[in-house]
Amino acid sequence: MLNREKIILKTDEEIEFMRQANRLVGMTLGELSKHIKPGVTTLELDKIAHDFIHDHGAVPTFLGYGGFPNSICTSVNENVVHGIPNKTPLLDGDIISVDCGATKQGYTGDSAYTFCVGNVDDKVKDLLRVTKESLYIGIEQAKENNRIGDIGHAIQQYCELHNYTVVRELVGHGIGRNMHEAPEVPNYGRRGTGPIIKNGMCIAIEPMINMGSKNVIFENDGWTVRTKDRKPSAHFEHTIAIRNGKADILSTFEFIQ
Amino acid sequence: MAKQSAIEQDGTIIEALSNAMFRVELENGHEVTAHISGKMRMHYIRILPGDRVRLEMSPYDLSKGRITFRYK
Repeated sequence: MLNREKIILKTDEEIEFMRQANRLVGMTLGELSKHIKPGVTTLELDKIAHDFIHDHGAVPTFLGYGGFPNSICTSVNENVVHGIPNKTPLLDGDIISVDCGATKQGYTGDSAYTFCVGNVDDKVKDLLRVTKESLYIGIEQAKENNRIGDIGHAIQQYCELHNYTVVRELVGHGIGRNMHEAPEVPNYGRRGTGPIIKNGMCIAIEPMINMGSKNVIFENDGWTVRTKDRKPSAHFEHTIAIRNGKADILSTFEFIQ
Repeated sequence: MAKQSAIEQDGTIIEALSNAMFRVELENGHEVTAHISGKMRMHYIRILPGDRVRLEMSPYDLSKGRITFRYK
């Protein structure tokens, strides 16, 4: 974390292992999407994800990571990330961002999606749309010989254009055998700054975008992060590898209904 | 899972402790101990109580920081 770590480049074979792990995360998000509706509790979703990942011969990466008590992060409405699943049922009109990680054959996958529960307000749906688009805009910048700052700059510019704000305290990250590796991938930045992007790098890009102000509060449970003004926040994450000079998206939203 | 980043904040030096450590008051009111960064040491940049500085705070220990810049 103290920016002294080297960036680990992955071989093509290792990238294929990463793809398997990330595809499983995508399938897990897809399985969860079938169950997300008013009345279901986040704890129930956690159990579904936990069992699903184990059934596919993998291990949920989050469980026990730094003491995290569950297999997925469930962050509802004003919670940004790292929400701990509990017995509170989801309500019609909520948004819930689910972050999931799976380690398969030694390599880790990490992806996240913000779901609508029932009928969600149009203004909130717009936040989700813009955040998701900003993820792909950031991914477009992830090519050989660009810099990490180009990714954050693109995300920040797009989101601020729509009058949303970018969370500063939390960032994307390199990923491989470990979930959090160098480099840090902020969702804000200046073009031309940061480490150079090279073939073999695997990074998780995860814009966390707020409807109101960018300030966040770290709750007393030691994990949950929420917006200071309690307005909604959206979160989408893909893990990508740089291959042949371009971004290769390893995770997937194709299973989400 | 998102990673917590080292956050940059501004503050004012309150007092100089030994070993190039300083007590700093952040803009949000908190008091932390901070050490001078290696780059500043290398260039012999002096810091005195009353200077405004920029710090990097570790997300893992919010009472310790690294002074990375002294404002004019």
